[in-house]
Amino acid sequence: MHAAVVVFPGSNRESDVVRALRRSGAQVSTVWHADHDLPAGTDLAVLPGGFSYGDYLRCGAIAGRAAAMDAVRAHAARGGLVLGICNGFQILCESGLLPGVLMRNVNRRFICHRQTLRVERTDTRFTSAYRPGQVIDVCVAHGEGNYFADPETLARIEGEGRVAFRYCDVDGNITVEANRNGSLNAIAGVLSENRNVLGMMPHPENFVEDLIGGTDGRGLFDSLAA
Amino acid sequence: MKARIIVTLKNGVLDPQGKAIEAALKSLAIQGVEGVRQGKVFDIELSATDAAAAEATLRTACEKLLANTVVENYAIEIL
Repeated sequence: MHAAVVVFPGSNRESDVVRALRRSGAQVSTVWHADHDLPAGTDLAVLPGGFSYGDYLRCGAIAGRAAAMDAVRAHAARGGLVLGICNGFQILCESGLLPGVLMRNVNRRFICHRQTLRVERTDTRFTSAYRPGQVIDVCVAHGEGNYFADPETLARIEGEGRVAFRYCDVDGNITVEANRNGSLNAIAGVLSENRNVLGMMPHPENFVEDLIGGTDGRGLFDSLAA
Repeated sequence: MKARIIVTLKNGVLDPQGKAIEAALKSLAIQGVEGVRQGKVFDIELSATDAAAAEATLRTACEKLLANTVVENYAIEIL
C-alpha cells in the first residue's frame, strides 16, 4: 500500500495520519498542494485535517480547487482510493468528489470531544477490519461538521448504502444527543458511488495508540493497508 | 467595470449564524426583527468593458468558486 498525503497551507494533522498509516504498514509520502501529480504507484490519496487556506471563503473551498486536487480527482476516476478526514472531508465535498456539504455545527460551537461511531459498512476498503455494527471510540474536533445534502441526494446516498459511519451513543443507538453537530441522519462518513472515496469528520488517526487513549482508529488504517 | 456578487443561503438551509445574529438583535431590544439570514458580498473589479462579457465571467466565477450551489444562491450586479 502506497499512500500519498496531500498537504495544504493550513493542514495540521498530516503528521498524525502519516504515522497512523505507517503503523499499519503503508509506505507514505507527502505531496504539496501546488504539485500537479501524485507519486507513481500511489494506491491511496489522503487529505488530512486542519484549516486549509485558513478556512477562507468556505471550509475546503480553496483547497478543493488546488492543483494537487486535479491529480486526486484523476486518481479517483481511475478507481484509486481517496480518504479525507475532517478538513479533508470538507475538501472532498467542495471538490465534487463527494456529494453534500459540511455546514456550521448546529450549536454554533467548535466541538472537540470523544465520540462513538457506529460502523455501518464493513464491505469497503476502508472498514473491512471492523465488525458490522461495531461501535468505535474516536474523537471529533471541528466547527463545520454538520453534514447536509438536498433530499434527493440524501435519499440516493442512503438508498445506495453509502453511509460508512454514523454518530451514536456508547451502545450504538443513533440519538439526537450523540449527533452533536446536527448532521442529517447522523452521518459521520460518506462513500462515493464506487466506494473508493471516503470522507469522514471524526479523527481515527488520533486513536491508534494505547498511550494516547485508544486504538479504535487502527481498524481504518489496517483495512487500507491489508 | 465594477460588479457586486451577493451569495445567500438557499431557503430551507439551516443558518445557525443568522439565528445567532437574530437573537443578538433581540437582546439589543431592536424591535420587529422576524428573521435574519447571513450571506456574503464580493466587490469585484473587472477589465471587461462589455457588461454581458463581465456577467459571463462572473457567472463562471460563482459556479466554480464563489458559491457552493448545493446550499447557496448567487446574484450578480454590474455596477
